[in-house]
Amino acid sequence: MLRKVAYWIDARLHVSALYASTAGHTVPASAASWFYVFGSGTLLCFVIQIVTGICLAFVYVPSADEAYTSLTYLNDEQTLGWFLRAIHYWGSNFMVGIMLVHMAQVFLFGAYKYPRELTWISGCVLLLCTLGMAFTGQVLRFDQDAYWGLGIGASMMGRVPLIGANLVRLMLAGPIIAGETLSRFFTLHVFVIPGLILALVAVHLRLVLSKGINEYPEPGRQVTKATYEAEYKALLQQEGVPFVPQAIGKDIIFSGLVMLGILCCAAYFGPKGPEGVPDPTYIRTVPRPDVFFLWLYAVLALLPDYLETVLILVAPIVGIALLFALPFIAGTGEKSARRRPVAVLTVVSIFLVGGILTLMGENAPWSPPMEAWSGAPVPAHYIEGRSPLEVQGALVLQNKQCRNCHSLGGSGGQRGPALDDVATRLTGDQLVRQVIQGGGNMPAYGKNLSPAEVAALVAFMQTLHAPHAAVARDATVPERPDEPAPQTTGVGR
Amino acid sequence: MAIQQHDASQAPPTGVSRRKFLLLIGAGLNAIAAALLAAPILGYVFASFGRKGPSQAWISLGPIDTYPENQTRLATYRNPFTRPWDGTTANIPCWVRRITGEQFQVFAVNCTHLGCPVRWFQASRLFLCPCHGGVFYEDGSHASGPPRVGSSSMSTRLRMAHCWCAADNSPRSLSPSKCSCVLTHACARDRIAKGAWYATKGRLLD
Repeated sequence: MLRKVAYWIDARLHVSALYASTAGHTVPASAASWFYVFGSGTLLCFVIQIVTGICLAFVYVPSADEAYTSLTYLNDEQTLGWFLRAIHYWGSNFMVGIMLVHMAQVFLFGAYKYPRELTWISGCVLLLCTLGMAFTGQVLRFDQDAYWGLGIGASMMGRVPLIGANLVRLMLAGPIIAGETLSRFFTLHVFVIPGLILALVAVHLRLVLSKGINEYPEPGRQVTKATYEAEYKALLQQEGVPFVPQAIGKDIIFSGLVMLGILCCAAYFGPKGPEGVPDPTYIRTVPRPDVFFLWLYAVLALLPDYLETVLILVAPIVGIALLFALPFIAGTGEKSARRRPVAVLTVVSIFLVGGILTLMGENAPWSPPMEAWSGAPVPAHYIEGRSPLEVQGALVLQNKQCRNCHSLGGSGGQRGPALDDVATRLTGDQLVRQVIQGGGNMPAYGKNLSPAEVAALVAFMQTLHAPHAAVARDATVPERPDEPAPQTTGVGR
Repeated sequence: MAIQQHDASQAPPTGVSRRKFLLLIGAGLNAIAAALLAAPILGYVFASFGRKGPSQAWISLGPIDTYPENQTRLATYRNPFTRPWDGTTANIPCWVRRITGEQFQVFAVNCTHLGCPVRWFQASRLFLCPCHGGVFYEDGSHASGPPRVGSSSMSTRLRMAHCWCAADNSPRSLSPSKCSCVLTHACARDRIAKGAWYATKGRLLD
């Protein structure tokens, strides 16, 4: 009975004729490797995102005044709403991660070389689309992080010369973030970019089928344009196996593991946010982007200002141009990573730099913790046995928000150096100068401190050193044991 | 045979056949229709391009007495140019600094680096930005960190013992906007016409 139905469908759709060129197409046996599972893994994540996204769109309201409410409704009231949100969030993390691994694997296996240049290029456009989905998606979680993150994106867009302001208005659907902005991002995230991705995935898969999957590279087997196609055909005849069912096993296992991974992370960690109503008047907020943009967040904090605009505008263009040009720069030659040290070095350094920047973005040492001045008291052993002037100095240290940038006893900001042993680095005069005039990354406090406060503060800081440690002293003053210590102007001790 | 050859020899060697002509008409008609369809769609999508400058309105930030001298306070106002569904995004905060007497400075909360909200600390008289560590002095000038320029203050004026600021419709945290003194408030125009006082940056000239 079922067979009759199958025949009836096949007589109209001709699916079985399609089978030989799609699921059943021949692949080199060496391509049935664990390294080859990441492409299908990425596609699986995308399908999961579409399904969960549709479910979320049943309830989510893309309106500036209702989005946050609908998100909390999804979290708290909608049956399994929190779980759907969590799957969608973790699905996006997994998708970006697996996609990057897929890209690295393709690069290291030389699969971008002749004749698969278009596959690589379509893949690079898919990378940009996925990052676009990540950015628009995090805006749709319309909370404080989203609001201020959007402002930062608009600010960067505004730095484009000549058309910057117009680009900002195009991006925000107006001059400032308002109701229309969210609708625009919703349309991009739900209709425009997914449509583009679906079309590109179709092209990408079509290319994989028409050109064949990359054979497992072997050191010494080089690609030459004249002979590659014939060699590949011979390889298929020699060790070709149908993809289904002989080479799909590892893909299936990996897909199952990815799904389980997403579900476990979603169940254990839950959804992200929303963190706070997107009310611009609530300014006691510390905006942070999602994890896939933390590296950019760190870069923007660490770059010197004269480099920043140039890099923001030029680096993406150069990077994307290099990516697109790669198959034409290095389209022939060795495929095996063992014979391509430059390729390996490139991948290792990119991942290392990206990973370190992401970690730094996570810790954000440049960001002053705004409550440290009142929340992190001076450790008790820095107060014991001090004179009244020095204790007053400790009070000045706290009240003037110094702790927001400087740590004592391990707590406080990391924007400036820790002050636990500042007396071993700076003399009294140097401390006075530094506090009054600032310098390095430190603002000048001269206008905000009275001379008495400066005296107390520096007196306290001169006690900040390990017991019996050598205190910094002025090298121009000779040290003679029989003479009393010289009085430096304005500061005690 | 002879007739067919005769016919064949009469087919025009140059010129347009009927089929080609039909195709040309079809293509031309569709080109016109596509252009007529594309124009409003593009106009809709790129409606914001080439718009002439920001529109402005004066917003009251409250009586002068609510701002103690030598202090900086947070004030909020509702964006006068809103859509009905803007919700909380239409509430705009700003830092109001009363220098002394009737000298005011009003700053947008956006850091000039990339637009995060800066926080004021009275004791140290500094604005600290939580995102990338920008710091500004109380007059808005740059103290440390990534921002390249200091904050510029918005146009302010005093009228009827209230402090007003010019809320304009321009994107925040682009290059510091020049404070333009276009007044849209009807009373203010009368004031200027009568040669009465007109204040920029909060100074009372009289």
